[in-house]
Amino acid sequence: MATGMVPNPSPNVPPTKLPNKATDDVIMDCDIKELYYGTFKAVRDTKIPIKKNAITAFIGPSGCGKSTVLRCLNRMNDLVRGFRFNGHVRYRGKDIYDPAIDPVAVRRYIGMVFQQPNPFATSIFNNVAFGLRINNFKGNKTEKVVQALKRAALWDEVKDKLHNSGLSLSGGQQQRLCIARAVATDPEVLLMDEPCSALDPIATRRIEELMLELKERYTIAIVTHNLQQAQRVADKTGFLYVDTSQGGRTGYLVEFGDSKEMFENPKEKHTREYIRGEFS
Amino acid sequence: MSDDNKAPIFSAAQEAEARLHQAEDAAAKDPFAGIDFGELELSIYRPRTMFSIILSFGVTVVTLLALIPLFAVLWMLIWRGGQKLSVVLFTQLPPAPLEQGGGFGNAIIGTLIMVGIAAVITVPLGILTGVYLAQAHSDSKLAGAVRFSAKVLTGFPSILAGVFAYGAIVLATGGYSAIAGGSALSILMLPTIILTAESAIAMVPARMKEASIGMGATGAQTVWMVLLPTAMPGIFTGVMLAIARAAGETAPLLFTALFSNYWLSSGGHFNLMQPTASLAVLIYNFSGMPFKNQVELAWAAALVLVVLVLITNLIGQSFSKGQVTQ
Repeated sequence: MATGMVPNPSPNVPPTKLPNKATDDVIMDCDIKELYYGTFKAVRDTKIPIKKNAITAFIGPSGCGKSTVLRCLNRMNDLVRGFRFNGHVRYRGKDIYDPAIDPVAVRRYIGMVFQQPNPFATSIFNNVAFGLRINNFKGNKTEKVVQALKRAALWDEVKDKLHNSGLSLSGGQQQRLCIARAVATDPEVLLMDEPCSALDPIATRRIEELMLELKERYTIAIVTHNLQQAQRVADKTGFLYVDTSQGGRTGYLVEFGDSKEMFENPKEKHTREYIRGEFS
Repeated sequence: MSDDNKAPIFSAAQEAEARLHQAEDAAAKDPFAGIDFGELELSIYRPRTMFSIILSFGVTVVTLLALIPLFAVLWMLIWRGGQKLSVVLFTQLPPAPLEQGGGFGNAIIGTLIMVGIAAVITVPLGILTGVYLAQAHSDSKLAGAVRFSAKVLTGFPSILAGVFAYGAIVLATGGYSAIAGGSALSILMLPTIILTAESAIAMVPARMKEASIGMGATGAQTVWMVLLPTAMPGIFTGVMLAIARAAGETAPLLFTALFSNYWLSSGGHFNLMQPTASLAVLIYNFSGMPFKNQVELAWAAALVLVVLVLITNLIGQSFSKGQVTQ
């Protein structure tokens, strides 16, 4: 964790040490038993421990619920009408679905980067300073903005035009701007929902390099459609698949483990077939 | 091929075969062989071409016909009103009957003040209602009822707004006033502002809202720091259109602000609780008078009012280009 210059927006989530030494480096422990949108059962039986300062990738065919699982991790699914959830997501040992927990505070520790670059219709500077403003940050905003832009490897490209609109940047630059915006408040975990799917190969490579740099400071969970990308960047990978046996399309976790192991020597039949490209 | 044709001996069968080959070769060389190029040439005598030309012509003629009343009104205004136009009009008070000269400075200020009062009432109310409709509870029963009433109110006869404000304010406060006039105008402005604010906020891309929530912003912070600034150009356009409409209304003011031949402030006292002049009512009053000076003033006032409304509309439209939608 970087030097925490942003004052804690809420003291609700104290950094407690887990008793078990073996799982000490697991910062988020996600255990979804059942997840519904209305009457539609979207995900079942998905247990993913997310290790600190590592990149955890979720792969799987379309509609297998990998984005849904990712959005559970900072309660973005709360925005979806009819969302119901059975299980727990522990962040530093605390269940973020506990009624006593404020979802807004959770999202300040667990930031998110989306599939489509989504900068605000304001200047580059104000985009990055957004998180500081909503947290009533009283210190030197410029310093934090510059630091965030440097961490997102965007500083050199925008340092002369901080007051231009964020929407004037290219797609890849916009996505790095969104990453800068997310890291400006020093969250502990960054969730990335297919962050490169709207970008060209060069911009994609750029973001991948950036992820490898960022994991020194942050914990990253990423959803990706691109198997090579998971192979290149992820330390741990979870493979989700769709179960159509009960009529619906319910996603579930098939296999989870070290990326190298999973791509070279998948244990489950579905994983093997998916990685070989027999379906997608 | 020409060599083949000159070959001396050919049986009929050979000749036929050679011709067939020639035709095939020609087709291979020229893919357009066999197409009648006369078909491709533009000809106005072909029915479909003729129909298209007649239709284009008809549409143009009808459009020009529709422009006639618009330009006739503008031409009359500029022709009749322009003659009288001078700085004096903006600084002097309306003349008494048979008096020469004079102006309508008080009416311009009265119109601005009453539209201003209406804007002060409706802009915050309308924008916040728009936020409620677009964001907070967009499909609640209350939102449905508000949206329906706002749509009904956009077509509300303006004279009823005047009668309502007369009953609610003029009778209650005991007299005609700028406040009553502004209130009557606000009834006409409110629905436009609510509906344009709602649609401008709803047009803000959902991913911007998601980004804000994902950063840990509260609902209020998202509305205040993302949705409203992004929707502001669209909201502003709606406000300008509403103001432009209200500035030209006569009926609501006849019942509420009446008219006055004097300035709103007298002896340093600025009083909003007295009958107040407005351009629209001045035009209504003076155009029916049997005095040449008053009729000419009415024309000039009409020109000034149209120019004011036009400027407001142009400002509003120039802002609408800034709206981000994707």
